[in-house]
Amino acid sequence: MRIGVPQEIHAGERRVATTPEVAAKLQKLGFTVAIQSGAGVGADFSDEAYRGVGVEIIDDARTLWTADIILKVRGPEAHPALGCHELDLMREGALLISFIWPAQNADLMERLAARHATAIAMDSVPRISRAQKLDALSSMANIAGYRAVIEAAQNFGRFFTGQVTAAGKVPPAKVLVIGAGVAGLAAIGAANGLGAIVRAMDTRPEVKEQVKSLGAEYVEVNYQEEGGGVGGYAKTMSEGYQKAQRETTAKQCMEVDVVITTALIPGKPAPKLITAGMVEAMQEGSVIVDLAAEQGGNCELTVPGQVVKRHGVSIVGFVDLPSRMARQSSQLYATNLLRVLEELSPKKDGVATVNMDDEMIRGATVVNAGMITWPPPPLKVSVASTPVNGAAPLVPPPPKKPWLPARARTALWCVLAGFALYGLGSAAPPAFMSHFMVFVLACFVGYMVIWNVTPALHTPLMSVTNAISSIIAIGALIQISAPGMLLTLLTGFALILTSINMAGGFAVTQRMLRMFRRSE
Amino acid sequence: MSEGLVTVSYIAATILFILSLGGLSNPETARRGNFYGMAAMALAILATVLGPQVETLWPVVTAMAIGGSIGLYAAFKVQMTEMPELVALMHSLVGLAAVLIGFATYADNSVHLAGIEKTIHEIEIYVGILIGAITFSGSVIAFGKLSGRIGGKPWLLPGRHLLNLVGLIAVIVVGKLFLNVDSGVSGAFFLLIMTGVALAFGIHMVMAIGGADMPVVVSMLNSYSGWAASATGFMLGNDLLIVIGALVGSSGAILSYIMCRAMNRHFFAVIAGGFGTAGGTTVSSAGPQGEVQAITAEETAELLRGASKVILVPGYGMAVAQAQHTVFEITKLLRERNIDVHFAIHPVAGRMPGHMNVLLAEAKVPYDIVAEMDEINHDFPQTDVAMVIGANDIVNPAAQDDPGSPIAGMPVLEVWKARISIVMKRSMASGYAGVDNPLFYKENNRMLFGDAKQMLEAVLTALRAN
Repeated sequence: MRIGVPQEIHAGERRVATTPEVAAKLQKLGFTVAIQSGAGVGADFSDEAYRGVGVEIIDDARTLWTADIILKVRGPEAHPALGCHELDLMREGALLISFIWPAQNADLMERLAARHATAIAMDSVPRISRAQKLDALSSMANIAGYRAVIEAAQNFGRFFTGQVTAAGKVPPAKVLVIGAGVAGLAAIGAANGLGAIVRAMDTRPEVKEQVKSLGAEYVEVNYQEEGGGVGGYAKTMSEGYQKAQRETTAKQCMEVDVVITTALIPGKPAPKLITAGMVEAMQEGSVIVDLAAEQGGNCELTVPGQVVKRHGVSIVGFVDLPSRMARQSSQLYATNLLRVLEELSPKKDGVATVNMDDEMIRGATVVNAGMITWPPPPLKVSVASTPVNGAAPLVPPPPKKPWLPARARTALWCVLAGFALYGLGSAAPPAFMSHFMVFVLACFVGYMVIWNVTPALHTPLMSVTNAISSIIAIGALIQISAPGMLLTLLTGFALILTSINMAGGFAVTQRMLRMFRRSE
Repeated sequence: MSEGLVTVSYIAATILFILSLGGLSNPETARRGNFYGMAAMALAILATVLGPQVETLWPVVTAMAIGGSIGLYAAFKVQMTEMPELVALMHSLVGLAAVLIGFATYADNSVHLAGIEKTIHEIEIYVGILIGAITFSGSVIAFGKLSGRIGGKPWLLPGRHLLNLVGLIAVIVVGKLFLNVDSGVSGAFFLLIMTGVALAFGIHMVMAIGGADMPVVVSMLNSYSGWAASATGFMLGNDLLIVIGALVGSSGAILSYIMCRAMNRHFFAVIAGGFGTAGGTTVSSAGPQGEVQAITAEETAELLRGASKVILVPGYGMAVAQAQHTVFEITKLLRERNIDVHFAIHPVAGRMPGHMNVLLAEAKVPYDIVAEMDEINHDFPQTDVAMVIGANDIVNPAAQDDPGSPIAGMPVLEVWKARISIVMKRSMASGYAGVDNPLFYKENNRMLFGDAKQMLEAVLTALRAN
């Protein structure tokens, strides 16, 4: 089947749905790939680079849209240059893979159905473990989080890292990240990498560990409520919690220099976490980067798409952060699309089939051959957040109660050993006892010496002890001159065996030990 | 040489033997230690040969020449991966020698003892032969299992504990009868019966032990061979044999203890045999579901190149694939690029204690970048890439997380705490313990499927490419 990648027409969109590297892999799956001339320029991929991996370059958008499969970043929209909607260009019954946002774009869904199209929405991929590799939302959020820190640094007039210079001491910047999702965690990592002191807030207590693992402090909201919703997303919190959260946020805002907000609740406008009053309370020169600007913003003063200065605080409301790192985000997005196509054509024969029995494909397919199949039936379990769902709760087996307390057991052993020694001492002849004493002392020496052996040399230890246990040859030597042919034969044979051991054991130990060397 | 001089030589030999074992505390002094061992052995043998008890030299020289050349040949021929087999085989020789010497001592009627002295002497012979025979047959079976001539699966007879008990009672009863007869043919007959029972017991004991428990068995047999030497010493009234036997015996016992602790198993549970069959829960009820993320050799090379700290975790799979040299080439390349590379060795990785260290040393990996589990476990959170080569159970997080798991409580290498872990595996089959490994399904884990050697060669090629 033929894949077409048109140029993105949305204003300011610089991403492209495939890169030369991924296009080569798509062809390995059996597809032929065509791209509109100049589609990759915004992401710094030239037409030549695509041509170099065997991609056909097509100048005319109309021709390109006749492909069997269309890969896009943004959902189709009205084409200003051609004066028609992009979907009107698409072949009937074709497959579209892009962001669609079905909840917000009912009109687009109708048009897709009317074209008898099949549409896979990259924003509707279910949040299950095996779908992670095609989770474009996460890969874009990751970039947005990173870029948010870069934008903050751009608008922030100071170092992020603390320094002590000849010209005086510079304190490190304090960064507060609200919402520790994928974007929030990426922002934490990036800000930490720049040397800032990073704090993070989230309604879901389970992210605390992730926050800490990235080197940030987790700011607790002093209120008891679980914030984890279905599929690892957050949910709307109760009134009491929100009040406590506002107080904590306000206090933090006064202390920090940079605030990055990433709080989103699926299908709802972004929660207003930063009020105008809090912005006013912030120090002059501080920066707020609002990643939720597109959904209305987490800050009351955010202007989507712009950087504004309010009360001396720069508020960054860019809605196109991934597009601002077009080369990186195109590469990740294209790989996500590649994973989708791999799922669609398991036989690698260049034929994509939509298998509606597959939970992952089912969830992402919003229109199937003209039928609107969105929303999908709810997923039964959320695998990502609770790994051992459905299994019986694991109860550790109760520890076995020892039948005697430890001290009593030690005492008992001592008594038993005492009796055994008494029995031995009263029965055995003195000659035996002197040997026995040597034996016991030797055991202790062995115990002391062996514990000092480094574990790395345990194999040489075994081979050398093996070699020296052939000291048993002495037993054979003592007997070998005793009268009788049988004795000489028996002991002679024993001597052969022990000599094998002796020579072999020492030689192989030497061979091994010679191999151990330090690095030069 | 007079008795006094012989004894003095024995004392010197004893000291040298102890110094020899003490030298192994450090790779630097280990080689010198081995020379001490050789010197001690030479001294002891010479003193005995020149002493009053040896009258004819030719059988001694012939036997030692034959045995010595066979031993040297084997020592230079053996592959380092075959060390466990060789060691097991050598244990069996000590066991057999102890049996032979026991019979010879019994047949020697130049010594005349009476009363309690005679009883003690006969008990010593009896016990010496018993331990020797168990060591011999057990080691032969261990050799068979390690070299793959006998299957690695535990071979469990119905009522095996009862069988062992019957064997023990038989040994005691026969021993009683043996003590009651006058020395001679009937005594030898009872000794033979006991030897038969002991041989069967040794076979049965090792056959019942699974492949993963082999390190314990090998070190246990090491210990037995020492006790056999000690028992022979008692039998002959020779202090040198007693001391050396005790040293070797306690060495093997400590190794067995270390191995058991590393598997969180009781020594008696290992000896009783059968893995995962006694605990009740064979496989955890909550088998981890999910999909593994496979990667290619090129992507692996990419990850390694981008890392600043790498830990490699070798297991028996590396030994089987003979991949240690390729591993070292990769290590060298990464270290040249200023990437911090370490090896993490689990105590029971491989088929005998310290097996992995020897293999890595053979491949010229310097020992100062090879770390033990306790030294390196806390480094994983700061590690970029942890690469597991042919190991499974020793990196299983279920040992910590899942109290129902058969390996719960066993100390493991925490590779999942690294930023990315890569597991090299032939397929999705489970390890020796038959336990599924949740590590494979972790979000930050990648699987590199294929033969360890071929895949590592491919990684090396990709690394060299740029």
